[in-house]
Amino acid sequence: MNRFRRTQAGRGRGFALAFPGVFWLIVFFLLPLVFVAVASFMSRGPGGVPVMPLTIDHYERTFGVFARVTWRTVRFAGLTTLYCLLLGYPLAFFISRRLHPRTRLILLFLVLLPFWTNFLVRTYALITILQREGFLNGILERLGLIQDPIQFLFTPSAVILGLVYGYLPFMVLPIYAAAERLDLRFVEAAYDLGANDWNAFWRVVFPLTLPGVIAGSMLVFIPAIGAFVTPDLMGGTKGLMIGNLVQSQFRGRGNIPLGSAVSMVLLVIVFIGVLVYTRFGNRED
Amino acid sequence: MAAPPIQPREPLQGRVKRDLAVRRIGRLGLWLTPVVTYFFLWAPILVLILFSFNDAESVSVWRGFSTKWYENIFRNTVSTDAIATNFRTQLLIKAVSNSLIVASFATLISTVIGTMFALAVARGNFPGRKLFDALFYLPVVIPDITQGVALAVFFKIVFDYIQLWTGQRMVSGYGTIIIAHVAFNISYVAIVVRARLATMDPTLEEAARDLGANHFQTFWRITFPILMPGILAGALLALTLSLDDFVVTFFTSGVGTTTLPLFVYGMLKQRVPPEINAISTLMITASILLVGLSLILQQRGSRS
Repeated sequence: MNRFRRTQAGRGRGFALAFPGVFWLIVFFLLPLVFVAVASFMSRGPGGVPVMPLTIDHYERTFGVFARVTWRTVRFAGLTTLYCLLLGYPLAFFISRRLHPRTRLILLFLVLLPFWTNFLVRTYALITILQREGFLNGILERLGLIQDPIQFLFTPSAVILGLVYGYLPFMVLPIYAAAERLDLRFVEAAYDLGANDWNAFWRVVFPLTLPGVIAGSMLVFIPAIGAFVTPDLMGGTKGLMIGNLVQSQFRGRGNIPLGSAVSMVLLVIVFIGVLVYTRFGNRED
Repeated sequence: MAAPPIQPREPLQGRVKRDLAVRRIGRLGLWLTPVVTYFFLWAPILVLILFSFNDAESVSVWRGFSTKWYENIFRNTVSTDAIATNFRTQLLIKAVSNSLIVASFATLISTVIGTMFALAVARGNFPGRKLFDALFYLPVVIPDITQGVALAVFFKIVFDYIQLWTGQRMVSGYGTIIIAHVAFNISYVAIVVRARLATMDPTLEEAARDLGANHFQTFWRITFPILMPGILAGALLALTLSLDDFVVTFFTSGVGTTTLPLFVYGMLKQRVPPEINAISTLMITASILLVGLSLILQQRGSRS
């Protein structure tokens, strides 16, 4: 039916409708990315602006001095994705198995509501719990478990905790969508054929919900690898990520070519991630 | 059919015991993890709200109920002088109004453009359709810091050239923020509207055409009303993303166009005023009201 309509309509039809969107994205999205790509190969001029002689110094620095930060960023984002999956999968599955539609709606709403409040406010809420004179230390001290407050903030764990807290709903939603569509008759069939719970889950349930897992992992991994606010407010020096490197090169007397090179590396990591995920996704379909 | 005799590889009893143990652990995990996760999601927010009514500045020791932080905000009197420079109610109100200005323009523009694009890709027939389609997923995939940085470089270069040619120095402000927000919002609107288009029954449009409606009438009388919930949902998403955005705004804003997230960030980076719990509680309340309102609207829309 669709094809019929398309062949009937003349070529070029609809382009005028698409034009504003395409124009906007090319000029204000693609072109700026090209500028960054070009700037990343230029030298640093006065005031940090890119100037002419082309160079690959900034990439050498990115892989040399900044290699530790880059590797740490990938690790943080990977761990964040893993923890989100470990917490989010059972939660999404639990919600999808509630019988009453209203219960499902309310439970889902309870996941989404924190997500609808501003990211900075949520991060600050977590900081009030974790800080030196914060809620958690207060409780531990009153219970007599500790003498002096524990340093929770400004550690790598704090950054990962903050990222998990911030992006968990991104994991829950796609898995929920996949789990809700799951036909329980497949599971019954698995049981009838002699599978135990372990096999029924890993051979039937998990593969069927895998598209949700992949979508969720991507939705968590991408913002986590580019994170800048969470490590900035919760990380201290041991928790700095690529995002902080990029930001520091662009503010004040920075180094725009270096910042551009770092963000190009970030972009490549993201594309590799997307490529890997789509590969996995296609194979399982 | 004769089933082959079962040959247990290990003693049957041990297997049953193990399977039952797995089931028990699984069942426990399936209850425990959601409880823990909900606690994790909500505890910080509830503590924040509770302690915004604390009589003391502390977020660990409860000194009794008080609404003095809220009163400070509404009366524009802030506890100590050192902090008064960082936080003033007028600045907060200015930040809120900046956010609303940017978000409403960005939502309006991106909803129109995004809907047009969704229609064009679903119904149109022009060279490069597939390519443009891929282009539209780009903003969803690329981290916001990369986009923010790219736009910062872009505007800097464009402004430099404009100054070179016309002698006029342009600066970042509402315009640059709105342009940036539209750039990421269009994609989200287009994706949401396309999802609605995909579930739409194509025979309705054909019927309208058969009954003598032209393109224009078919669109306004049939397609548009059916798409309306999708368009509204897309607009709502755009509004939320725009109001919530920090990173892209951070790189494209100028002097005097501090939005609410930028304002909160400024407070957190400098000395944190004790009123921040109250401000955060007000922001949480506002977003809950907004979500509640949109849900009611959506339910009404689906009923009619």
